[in-house]
Amino acid sequence: MTSHRHPDDPHGGEESCGGLDRREFLRQTGLVTMAGVAALSCGCTPAFIEDLLRTRFTRLSPRKLDAVLRGLEADYATRYGRAVSVKATPALDGVEFGYGLDLSRCIGCRRCVYACVHENNQSRDPQIQWIQVLSMDRQRGISLEHADHYYDPQQVPEADRFYIPIACQQCRNPSCVRACPVKATWQEPDGIVVIDYDWCIGCRCCMAACPYGARHFNWAEPAIPTAELNPDTHYLGNRPRPKGVVEKCTFCIHHTREGRYPACVEICPVGARKFGNLLDEESEIRYLMREKQVFVLKEELNTRPRFYYFYAT
Amino acid sequence: MASHEHGETGHDAHSLLPRSSSLVIMLVVFTLLSLLILFAIISGGSYETEGEEGGKAAYGPADFPQIAWDIPPVPPPPAGDIAAFTLPPPPFSDPDLFPCSGCHADMEPDRTPRALTDFHEEIQLHHGPADRWCFDCHDPDDRDHLRLTNGTKIGFDESYRLCGQCHGTIYRDWRQGIHGRRRGFWNGPKSYLLCAHCHDPHAAVRGPRAAAPQGAAPVPAS
Repeated sequence: MTSHRHPDDPHGGEESCGGLDRREFLRQTGLVTMAGVAALSCGCTPAFIEDLLRTRFTRLSPRKLDAVLRGLEADYATRYGRAVSVKATPALDGVEFGYGLDLSRCIGCRRCVYACVHENNQSRDPQIQWIQVLSMDRQRGISLEHADHYYDPQQVPEADRFYIPIACQQCRNPSCVRACPVKATWQEPDGIVVIDYDWCIGCRCCMAACPYGARHFNWAEPAIPTAELNPDTHYLGNRPRPKGVVEKCTFCIHHTREGRYPACVEICPVGARKFGNLLDEESEIRYLMREKQVFVLKEELNTRPRFYYFYAT
Repeated sequence: MASHEHGETGHDAHSLLPRSSSLVIMLVVFTLLSLLILFAIISGGSYETEGEEGGKAAYGPADFPQIAWDIPPVPPPPAGDIAAFTLPPPPFSDPDLFPCSGCHADMEPDRTPRALTDFHEEIQLHHGPADRWCFDCHDPDDRDHLRLTNGTKIGFDESYRLCGQCHGTIYRDWRQGIHGRRRGFWNGPKSYLLCAHCHDPHAAVRGPRAAAPQGAAPVPAS
């Protein structure tokens, strides 16, 4: 390497590179880089740069958060041609949500499935459904291995079948959260496990980690007819998702943080679905946990779900 | 020389590099495997099946116009009153049908148990013991009210008290919001339903009802 250096040349081999010395080279490189950055900045909208430099949702200042929400609203307004509100209602103090589902009542009519699709702006095609209803044999009892998710009779309930709707169990010890390499999913103070769709990289590790199959991936750009879009949305919940991110049930975070019942509770024609505050002794969920035999799915995995199944009779 | 020969044979026996023939064999095997994999990759596309229509259709709520997806929300809480309950009117509150005294006022009550043939013949009582009949629950002297077993008269909007006489555990669950459908606010005003909104008191067990179809199956349903 040193064999080409002329003994009389004080700058060594550097001069041989187009006649530039180190200082000149660095100066020019710097200028070119700055010119490039300037050109890029002129070509990009401020919103795009803001987006590039954004920090994660939980660390956004109220002012930045507001800017993000307004930006999303403008985005959706152009995409769907109608006003969409995006809010980021924080968790209520002293509230931890719990869910109860009465298996002795559920008739497997799938109204909850489609009410959820309607409420939470799930993609119609390709189809995403946060709630899956499993049909099971009464003789065999609860056996997830033998469950049928594609039952399709004209009328329900079918003889000798019972039904278990499954959505996100909102675990206290969520394996999906630990699987996420970028912390795009986390547990909120009220127990809802949420996803920041803008932070998700679409690696689907959480889907592999979830033992309930509750997470769903947007393989294609979600298609929602404009007329059917629910314009009342939450940043962490039912706002329209981009392609390539994971989504799941959020207990209708846009409703429940304002005191309302989730959409599946409201639509259930047999009243099998119960919802309330686990920290309030007088709540419906606490009453049923006290008075009924409740169980959780896959208890042995120590995920400690907040979703309780029970038989009222 | 002897030591050199010994060295030669030792080198052959413990060589880390395979002989040229082994190299050729490995090369051939490697090439064949590569070709095999390449072929599998290229021909892989032809094994993709076209899904059948059955089980692949993507339904949305709009496909079921018969189901009211947009249920009108329960109004927000009146200031301060978070324990408010609202209740839709009892069944048959239509002014053409209620009050019952509109027809029954000038009729003499017939207190003999019998099957109804002239009017109300659609009411077939399939509820409880065979000797149960109308005036166990309806008041013969005041058709606009129901009657508890102790003779107390109650309005139709309180019919749950009548049902609760026998169905005590269900009544208890219903009062707590565990039995039956509730809407509104989990921490505030709720709208609840009477027993008779879901269960026909004359034939209380409901039959099956229409199911929404299955979701799009990832594989053709067979």
